[in-house]
Amino acid sequence: MQFPHLQSYYFHTFGENKVDIFLANFMKSLWWKLGSIALLFYTVIAGFLLPVPALPILHESIRNLYFHVPMWFGMIIILTASLVGSLQYLANQNEKHDMLASEAAKTGMLFGALGLATGMCWARYTWGAWWVNDAKLNGAAISMLTYMAYLVLRNSIDEDHKRAKIAAVYNIFAYVMMLVFIMVLPRMTDSLHPGNGGNPGFGKYDLDNNMRMVFYPAIIGWTLLGVWILQLRIRLKKINSHLETNQ
Amino acid sequence: MWNELRHLIRKEFLLEWKQRYALSGLLLYVVTTIFVCYLSFKKVVDVPTWNALFWIILLFASVNAVAKSFMQESRHRNLYYYTVADPKLVIGAKLIYNTLLLLSLALLHLAIFSLLIGNPVQDMTLFLIALFLGVFGLASVMTLISAIASKAGANSTLMAILGFPVLMPLLLTSIRLSKNAADGLVVASNQQFIIVLLALNIAISALAIILFPYLWRE
Repeated sequence: MQFPHLQSYYFHTFGENKVDIFLANFMKSLWWKLGSIALLFYTVIAGFLLPVPALPILHESIRNLYFHVPMWFGMIIILTASLVGSLQYLANQNEKHDMLASEAAKTGMLFGALGLATGMCWARYTWGAWWVNDAKLNGAAISMLTYMAYLVLRNSIDEDHKRAKIAAVYNIFAYVMMLVFIMVLPRMTDSLHPGNGGNPGFGKYDLDNNMRMVFYPAIIGWTLLGVWILQLRIRLKKINSHLETNQ
Repeated sequence: MWNELRHLIRKEFLLEWKQRYALSGLLLYVVTTIFVCYLSFKKVVDVPTWNALFWIILLFASVNAVAKSFMQESRHRNLYYYTVADPKLVIGAKLIYNTLLLLSLALLHLAIFSLLIGNPVQDMTLFLIALFLGVFGLASVMTLISAIASKAGANSTLMAILGFPVLMPLLLTSIRLSKNAADGLVVASNQQFIIVLLALNIAISALAIILFPYLWRE
């Protein structure tokens, strides 16, 4: 390995007990990455070829379920990792947790942007407009704004330790507000969005076993891809900060 | 503990009274903004427009009002407070003081706004409930954000970009509730909004009190 100091990196993130060491080794292994690739190939091939129920208005655009919805699942899961990083940073002021928080926020925003893009394309062909004034859409847009504000806040502070602490506080606050905005408020109003109008989730599609067979693997595959991107980002950041300090 | 809290709140009032220009500046800000709206709109008949205008003016006024809460005192004096007081009580006192300040500001705003632009509200009790819950949440969010922004260079742009997105859930719910009040809808349909607002307020102030001790020492 060209960067021997990186080998100890995962052990720092996870701690020293048995479960953590197992997790650290698992994160370094190849299997979940191969699994992600396999699941995503399956998602794309089966997602476009397997039969879907013929519903009015939606028609074939229902296949967007395999691409659009997993983006939000991935975003929430990765932003939760960011929240965990911030909480851990406040607990023990370890620089690595701040790295996890900031890189996870960026990866989560990538997923959010992709979720918005797939949703907008779908809306154009189903509702006839790129954007409509709807509780779910606005919630998604505002949470993107919140995390952009988080990045601006990070950039506005020079001192490392101070930046990490203040950004962690804002991140925790922002996460709670984001959950309220995308999980609670859309359920209180009527919405054009599928799955809304009283019933949360997407029970209408769940009834179809064919779609379920693609949808669940798709969620796992896209989320694993997000974790992979996050891992690479953290490694890159680690190398860069190492190069900076050892110049 | 109560004694300490009482002294901290008293300190906030004394500080405001010593710098009366800030208070009068704030009042003038509200009056001028309403007057500009009055001159450009004349009377607003449409209830959603009236309601949105009311809350937007209140939002900007309260950002200005709360922004100074961590910036008006010097770093050295803050350092002194930190050695003699519990951080939870420092933020608690600021929350209570800012809520009282914004509440009186909001009532004054409502009076002048009704006088010049008109008042179509049919259910005044419910409107005041919405106003109180909204203002309490505004004060809590902006107090924490002002603490964050004061550590990060303290400019008002940062305050707005950090504050507005996290304020949105609270603000939208208050706007909906006060619109229902203005339309005079029956209370049964408003219960869920009141419950959500109450829960949000509790969550926000709890978060502010839990997170502030991490912020106060550099």
